[in-house]
Amino acid sequence: MTGATRILYNGSAVPLAEIPSVSTEAFLQTILDATEHGWRVIAYFGLPDSGDTPLYCLLAESAANRLAALRTVAAGTHVPSIAARCPQLQLFEREIAEQCGLIFDDHPWFKPVRFHRSYVAGRDAWNRPADQPLRVGVMDFFQVAGDEVHEVAVGPVHAGIIEPGHFRFQCHGEEVFHLEISLGFQHRGIEASLIGGPDRRTLQQMEAVAGDTSIGHGLAYCMVMESLGQSRVPARAHVLRGIALELERLANHAGDLGAIAGDVGYLPTASFCGRIRGDILNMTAVICGSRFGRGLVTPGGTVFDLTPALIDDLLKRLDAVRRDLTDAVALMRSTPSVMARLEGTGTVDREVARQLGLVGPAARACGVKRDVRHDHPFGIYRMTHIPVASGFHGDVCARTTVRWQEAQKSLDFVEEQLQQIPGGVYRTPAAQPAASQLAVALTEGWRGEICHVALTDQQGRFSRYKMVDPSFHNWPGLAMALRGQQISDFPLCNKSFNLSYCGFDL
Amino acid sequence: MTDIIIHCLIALLLPPLLLGVITKTKAAFAGRVGAPFFQPYYDLLKLMRKGSVFSTTTTWVFKAGPLVTLAAILVAALLVPLGRHHAPISFQGDMVLFAYLFGLARFFTAIAALDTGSSFEGMGAAREVTFSCLTEPTLFIALITLARMSRSLQLSTLLTYPTPAIWLAAGASMLLLVVALFIVLLAENCRIPFDDPTTHLELTMIHEVMVLDHSGPAFGVILYGAALKLLVLGAIFINIALPVTTGNSYGDWLVFVVAMLVLSVLIGVVESVMARLRMVRIPQLLVGATILSAFAMLLVLR
Repeated sequence: MTGATRILYNGSAVPLAEIPSVSTEAFLQTILDATEHGWRVIAYFGLPDSGDTPLYCLLAESAANRLAALRTVAAGTHVPSIAARCPQLQLFEREIAEQCGLIFDDHPWFKPVRFHRSYVAGRDAWNRPADQPLRVGVMDFFQVAGDEVHEVAVGPVHAGIIEPGHFRFQCHGEEVFHLEISLGFQHRGIEASLIGGPDRRTLQQMEAVAGDTSIGHGLAYCMVMESLGQSRVPARAHVLRGIALELERLANHAGDLGAIAGDVGYLPTASFCGRIRGDILNMTAVICGSRFGRGLVTPGGTVFDLTPALIDDLLKRLDAVRRDLTDAVALMRSTPSVMARLEGTGTVDREVARQLGLVGPAARACGVKRDVRHDHPFGIYRMTHIPVASGFHGDVCARTTVRWQEAQKSLDFVEEQLQQIPGGVYRTPAAQPAASQLAVALTEGWRGEICHVALTDQQGRFSRYKMVDPSFHNWPGLAMALRGQQISDFPLCNKSFNLSYCGFDL
Repeated sequence: MTDIIIHCLIALLLPPLLLGVITKTKAAFAGRVGAPFFQPYYDLLKLMRKGSVFSTTTTWVFKAGPLVTLAAILVAALLVPLGRHHAPISFQGDMVLFAYLFGLARFFTAIAALDTGSSFEGMGAAREVTFSCLTEPTLFIALITLARMSRSLQLSTLLTYPTPAIWLAAGASMLLLVVALFIVLLAENCRIPFDDPTTHLELTMIHEVMVLDHSGPAFGVILYGAALKLLVLGAIFINIALPVTTGNSYGDWLVFVVAMLVLSVLIGVVESVMARLRMVRIPQLLVGATILSAFAMLLVLR
């Protein structure tokens, strides 16, 4: 393990030359060995090339807060797939196949992920003709045969106002045998457009990777830039960033709690939480003028500071939010008909969660204690620890409870941090990125682990920028949650995961 | 004659207001102002002015569905006494016609949904007919119980038969009937806890999913028909639950309208304080209602 990898830590950069390049067999074997010993794949990507394709893999383990980087060069267009033995890799392998035109031999379900052209002209893993337009989602779907089995296709156009995604259910009456999720409708080509960066647009692009996770993705990008430029972030900025990140979590968790109540038809909590979410978003607006925290973080610190008057204002608002949210959630949790609906619905087994590499509240609800703020602390979380909230049963009820517990922890955290903001500057000038480096940044967005990896060339420009949104890990978890469930419970399960489509589609 | 005119006016004009009252009640529980009471009327007017889109896979069945459904419920509305007044049309055995008018309405809604060939609508139709298999017996047994008590097969007679004196004499039966009929009322009108009329989640819908493909005036007809159904079933419920008479014909009409509005508030309260049932639990509650009505009948037969 140690021979084939370079150990590094969250928010650090290493010279590319220090990452050992091993043979493809050794590379794959190392990944298999590591994942069997508690490591987890946080990013796996290729550098598109018309000749041999360099492949990078980043692993993480929580016991010693370590990350590991390893690389290989895949000769030709064929690579053996290890997805069957390591299920958390299956989407990563399909993504590499789509981006670099590599064919993963013996992949159990070898399909495109986002239905875009390969980054390497003329190289397509599925030999799709270059002169015909690619149609998103048009591909074989897994099918169950049998007289009484029927197929239900939902989306990409939905009855509600949500993002587009296609869901294929194989049902037996009301029971779901299998759900296949096909996304890619929101693909914008962000990763491709970042090559050659950073430029003045980059931060704005990062904040829009997933619009509801502006701080999470923006912060990860800032951490990458700071580690590449070796700049030190002032303590005050760390606190401000932490407050913004927790407010983002709070707003989204409050919204989700309300949405879960709404999905089971329990209106009071749904309405209250909808308003409370707005109140929390307004708190972010008090700090930076944007309800979604756009333009708050910047490499080297933050753009906005908090004055004592603003802090008082925020503390007052926080108090009101805590009171309202506690009431709204207590109302829902004390209503038996709501709890009966949540309990036992959409259960994900702990072992399945581990194998799929789930992250965030969805993983913690299964009892997999995985939280970047705890396992790979960054920024203010190095100084102040947030307890990890976790559940046990892995059902909708557990995901709801974990969200509520995390919201409470975030409330405490924000209140504590607002009262003890260190003095000093809140921004230092950002330095130019160093040349030929690999930088990794992990943040815990409200959906879970956000991973950004940057590779720089000899001029210090990005030769590759890889982002992994928590949704990328968690969509397969939703598909598993539906196995053996009632099809009418799908919206509720979906809401309890509340994954991003655009964060997945990039 | 006056009573017949008032009956028709109430049957035609009151139903959308009931929906408005339910919505307003739910808004009040959620801490919102809510849409105006008359919003359902505006919605219907809006839909009537719109054009319709018909899928090329559909046939005349799809277009006939909403009209036959509305016609069936309109006729049913003429058979049911509203308050303490006899219905405009009544004859011996009209309760059988009444029950099957509802069956006809449901059949055409379901067949119009199947006509689209959409997997959703088929799913909704399957759910609707499954659950209605369980609500129909309840309604039938309730009517048979009343028929037995009143020795009449005429809706106007048997539904105006309950009086405070009857309640005192056969209170247990009456109470069981009231509970069973309230469950049927909620289930047949797609209210929470059985169905959520406001949901946008197509996979959880029962009734709503069957009408997803209807648009414009056809959809307006469906909405109006649903409101009318609420009035008809509500009238049966109120005739049994509130067997009071003021002695004055106009007073009785007033009592009926106020009772309907109160019933709407009650439905709104039920929708606000509880969540939807898991779909596999719905048959259990419906069978429970059937058993209650069966007990009511047993008590009457003894």
